[in-house]
Amino acid sequence: MRSALRGAIGVAGFLLLWEAAGHAGFAPQNLFPPVSMVFARLGELLATEEFLREIIATVLAWLIALALATGIAVPLGLLLGSYPAVRRATKVLVEFIRPVPPVALIPLLIVLIGNGPETKISLAVFGALWPILFNTIYALDELEPMYVETARSFGLGRGAIMARVALPNALPFIFTGVRISASISLILVISVELRGGGTAGIGYWMLGVSQGIRQMDLVLAGTVVAGVIGLLSNYGLEWLQRRLFGWNEIAQEAR
Amino acid sequence: MTTMLEVSDLGHTYGSGDTAYTAISGLSFTVDTGELTCIVGPSGCGKSTLLRAIAGLHTPTSGTVRLKGETVAGVPEDLAVVFQDYSRSLFPWLTVRDNVEFPLRSRGVPAEDRARRAAEALEWVGLGKAGKKYPWQLSGGMQQRVSIARALACRPSLLLMDEPFASVDAQTRFELEDLLLRVRRELNATVLLVTHDIDESVYLGDRVLVLSKPPATVVAELPVDLPPVRDQITTRESDAFVSLRSEVARLLHGKEPAATPARGAAARAAGAVDQGGHVAESSTPKGQRTVTAPKNRRNGAGGKGRKKHMKTKKKRGVTVQRPR
Repeated sequence: MRSALRGAIGVAGFLLLWEAAGHAGFAPQNLFPPVSMVFARLGELLATEEFLREIIATVLAWLIALALATGIAVPLGLLLGSYPAVRRATKVLVEFIRPVPPVALIPLLIVLIGNGPETKISLAVFGALWPILFNTIYALDELEPMYVETARSFGLGRGAIMARVALPNALPFIFTGVRISASISLILVISVELRGGGTAGIGYWMLGVSQGIRQMDLVLAGTVVAGVIGLLSNYGLEWLQRRLFGWNEIAQEAR
Repeated sequence: MTTMLEVSDLGHTYGSGDTAYTAISGLSFTVDTGELTCIVGPSGCGKSTLLRAIAGLHTPTSGTVRLKGETVAGVPEDLAVVFQDYSRSLFPWLTVRDNVEFPLRSRGVPAEDRARRAAEALEWVGLGKAGKKYPWQLSGGMQQRVSIARALACRPSLLLMDEPFASVDAQTRFELEDLLLRVRRELNATVLLVTHDIDESVYLGDRVLVLSKPPATVVAELPVDLPPVRDQITTRESDAFVSLRSEVARLLHGKEPAATPARGAAARAAGAVDQGGHVAESSTPKGQRTVTAPKNRRNGAGGKGRKKHMKTKKKRGVTVQRPR
C-alpha cells in the first residue's frame, strides 16, 4: 500500500512538472502541450471507435508476437539448454544475431514483407525471443542437481525429467523472460507502425497526426496510451507471476 | 532368511591414468530381507559411491550388485532412496502430497491408487494432515518425513537411506530415528542406511558394516545384539550399546585394521585380532570378519558425552529450517 502511495506521488509530481513546463512558454503549446491538454484530447479520442480500433490492432499484434516468441524461444531454450554440443555449435551465430538492433531491420522487413501486420509481428518476435531464450537456458543450467538425482533414483528417464522436473523448475525463469519480452515487443510493434511498417495501430495513428499540422497533443495522447498498455501488462504479469510461482520466491528464501 | 541385496567385489574408480581415484574396491556384503543394515564409514570413504552404485545411478567399474537375485543395471524399480538433503530432494513446486505421488506417477499407478497410497504413506510418518502444504512450509524434520513417505509409497523391496538424519537437529534426529524403527517394524521393510554417525548406526541397525578409508572395503561386520524395540535413553545407556559403539569407533578411528579383507586369500586367512586386541574376529566364508563385541565390558568414553552437546530446540509448524 505504501509503495502504491509512493508510486502515485511520483506520477503526480511528474504530471505537475509536465503541466508547469507546458505553460512556461519554452515552446508553443501545439508543439509541447501541457498534460491537461493531452488528457483532454485522450478523453475525446477514447470515445471514438476509430481510435479504439487502432489500440486493438496494436494490442493484438503485440499479443500474437509475444505468444509466438514464447512458443519459439522455450523449446529452443530447452534444446540448447539440454544439449551443450548444440549450444556450442550455435553460439557464434546467436552472438552475431543477438546484438543487431531490431529497429535497424525495419526498412529491410518493409521491403521484404510489406507493411501488413506480419511485419511488426516478425520484428517483435525477433526482439522478444532473446530474453525468453536466455532465461530458459539459464534455468536449465541452474537446475539443482539433487532434483535430477532424486528423479533418476525413482527411475525417471531423460524425457520424463525434462517434462516433470526441469520444465516446472524453469517456469519462473521463463516467465520472467516473458515479462521482459512483453515490453520489448510492445515497443517494437509501435516502432514499426511509426516507421510506416503498418496500416493500423497506435504508432500508425501517431505517425498520421504528427505529419502536416503538428498536433503534438494527439501524438502525446497516443504515447500515453502506449505507456499505459505497457504499465498494465507489466503489473498484470507481475501479479500472475506471484500467483503462479509464489513457491519459487519463498522456496528460494527458505534455502 | 532370503537375501535381498548382494554386493560382490564392488569397485569404483573415478577418472583414469595419474588422476584416477579409487573410491571403493573389492567391497562385498549382503542384506537379508527384513533386515536393517547400517553402513558406517569415515567421511569421504566412498559411502555415496557405494550407494549410487546400489541405486543404479551409476555403473560401478567392477563387481556386481544383485537385488533379489537380479543384477542391477539401471535404476531398479524395486528400490527407493531417501537422500540427506531433503530441501533439495523435495520439489518446491509440488505440494507434499504431489511430492509423495511423484514416483508413483512415472510408474503408471492410477490416480486413485496414487492418492490412497500417498495418504497412507503420509499417515505412516505422522503427516496425514500436511498433504496440501508445500515442502518449504514445513520444518526440516517434517520435510525429511515427507521424503521417507515418498520412498515408502513406492513400496520398495529395499529402502536405501543416504545419511538421512544428518541435516536435522539432534532432537529431531531422535524422533526420526524412532519413526524409522517403528515404520520398518510395521512394514517389515528391508533398509540399508548409510551414516557417518557411529551411535546412530548401532542404535538403528540389526547389523553394522564398518567401512575403511578409501578405497573402501568392509572392515568388519557387527551384529547388533540389542532388543528389537529400542529407546533413545535406555538403549543408549545399556552396556551392550556402549561397548558396541566403542568397537565401531575403534574400527573407524582407532588403529588401522590388521589386514585389509577381501583382497586375497592370504589376507582373508590372516589376523584374527586387531592391534588393540579388543575385538574377537572370525573369518566368514565371504571373507569378511564378523566381529563380536565382548559383552559386559563397560566403556563409556564418548558414549554419554555426546548427549550433553545436544540441542533441544524443537521446530514445529511452519518454521522453515535450513539444512546444515
